Amino acid sequence: MPEIRNYTLNFGPQHPAAHGVLRLVLEMDGEVIERADPHIGLLHRATEKLAESKPYLQSVPYMDRLDYMSMMCNEHAYVRAIEKLVGTKVPVRAQYIRTMFDEITRILNHLLWLGTHALDVGAMTMFLYCFREREDLMDCYEAVTGARLHAAYYRPGGVYRDLPDQMPNHEYNEFRSKADIDRMNEVRQGSLLDFISAFTDRFPGKVDEYETLLTDNRIWKQRTVGIGVVSPERAQQLGFTGPMIRGSGFAWDLRKKQTYAAYDQVEFDIPVGQNGDCYDRYLVRIEELRQSNRIVKQCVEWLRANPGPVIAEDHKIAAPSRADVRGDMESLIHHFKLFTEGFCPPAGEVYTAVEAPKGEFGCYVISDGANKPYRLKLRAPGFAHLSAMNEMVEGHMLADVVAIIGTMDIVFGEIDR
Amino acid sequence: MNDSVRKSIRERHLELADKLSSCFSEKDCEVISQFDEVTLIVPSEHLIEVAETLRDGEEFEFRELIDLCGVDYSDYGLSEWETTTASGTGFGRGVDPEKTSGNSQPSRFASVYHLLSMEKNIRMRVRVYLDDEQPMVESVTGIWSGADWFERESFDLYGILYNGHSDLRRILTDYGFMGHPFRKDFPLEGHVELRYDPEQKRVIYEPVTIEPRTLVPRVIREDNRYLEPDSEQQDTPDA
Repeated sequence: MPEIRNYTLNFGPQHPAAHGVLRLVLEMDGEVIERADPHIGLLHRATEKLAESKPYLQSVPYMDRLDYMSMMCNEHAYVRAIEKLVGTKVPVRAQYIRTMFDEITRILNHLLWLGTHALDVGAMTMFLYCFREREDLMDCYEAVTGARLHAAYYRPGGVYRDLPDQMPNHEYNEFRSKADIDRMNEVRQGSLLDFISAFTDRFPGKVDEYETLLTDNRIWKQRTVGIGVVSPERAQQLGFTGPMIRGSGFAWDLRKKQTYAAYDQVEFDIPVGQNGDCYDRYLVRIEELRQSNRIVKQCVEWLRANPGPVIAEDHKIAAPSRADVRGDMESLIHHFKLFTEGFCPPAGEVYTAVEAPKGEFGCYVISDGANKPYRLKLRAPGFAHLSAMNEMVEGHMLADVVAIIGTMDIVFGEIDR
Repeated sequence: MNDSVRKSIRERHLELADKLSSCFSEKDCEVISQFDEVTLIVPSEHLIEVAETLRDGEEFEFRELIDLCGVDYSDYGLSEWETTTASGTGFGRGVDPEKTSGNSQPSRFASVYHLLSMEKNIRMRVRVYLDDEQPMVESVTGIWSGADWFERESFDLYGILYNGHSDLRRILTDYGFMGHPFRKDFPLEGHVELRYDPEQKRVIYEPVTIEPRTLVPRVIREDNRYLEPDSEQQDTPDA
């Protein structure tokens, strides 16, 4: 009789399906996994410690670099924590802009998730389709902030600036024909809101396109149905949030349950799975794409009809406008104090959370009354999800590990912080 | 969010605070309500009993542990710049290494738990103050399985020991890392840096060459807007 022994397999950190720098040590019995030990921390940058040595405002761009696929949602959790500490009221228009960009971010994130998850499992076309739509949304990011990914757009008290009236156009160049450029500029003739509005009109058709390729696809179902099943009780025990717990049957969504920004003013539904497997989580996220699109549409309508300020008038927290700084002594002093020393919130501790695309992104700030946070703890949804890796892959085949990593929607920027 | 919703959230938090103080007062627990949030301070020896009641008790049902983290309070309330006398003595750009002392916390280390009840739709925070020299607390992995990695992280970054944790290894720092980097006495730039040495043909560690510097001094100002207790703080934005 041949000798049977377990193998230990190193998966990653350089592996295209590891979604970044995940090192998985797998103990295998043949093709079946007995134990999985994820080694994380290869992208640890000590964001929380860095934030302790900087005034509050200077840490906003760090938030983009945590979960670098849902940038503005991270910023949202952070600025809400500061707003709660200092008690700033955010103008309604800023709330709507935040809601709209949170949802644009959700679509961006889910598209990347869908593209890469499908690519891992073997569907190449999805990747190309999803990145096509992501391009349009990153153009929205660029139009409003000048950056395609790391936006640094939200500020305590509102957002940095109002939406632009003119969507930037592509310039003529030698790489594309004039007709091509004209066709690409066709939807960019109006304002940013016109561009987003046109996007929301065509996007449901694109989601149908994705679904035609995957939802009833035999291979897709073979790879995802019944894989990585998590019962509702276990999902709660393991600290799951977001689509991961909704896939297991909990209708839990912070946007509805502990509402913030303008989410109580817009209509949307929460999709819920039944079986808690990879396929259900896929269906939940696909439906979230449609619901997010619906929210964006409502926000565009509201924003068109209601001009107004986008940042709080309290210049102890929010910077005065450029024009005021040039002409008004008091504004100049405010500007100087804000950008040299920063503001000092009262002593105390707050925890705020937003429904980020991956789950609950929380921000715990301890202030001792100084201009820098005393302690900042960022609660990343992916951290809790990945910690359940061992439990989810046990007894599955090696190929299913890839599907389970995909379904968790992990990004190492937020897990390693 | 409209005002009535905000008011009901505040009321529910006050209700929870009442329940907590009536339920746990004989265990020397203290309840703090601030910014519409409830904090329960638990002596470390009672943590497991309290946590079990919080999870299973019918009036609590905190079935989900959202977050667990360590805190090092050793520099709490310290500012690098004395602002009250500055107008008489003048401002200096340099930071005084002899920091002025501030108000102290009961203990250096703490372990903080954020709990969520999906059934009751409410959150709370539990804080356990720990020993200064040998911070150790019972692990809550038996109560909330999700605490596993969070406790490893807290151990890694603060050196807090979780008694009863089955696999208390480092998680975020490098293999073979020395020290606990999030403690306040651990410098921001660290102790060692790493580079590839072409002569030895391997990666080597060397003492850091970065000079520590303070770009913006840490300042604590007595802002008169925050001095009156609970007047403006009551009016928190959409929490």
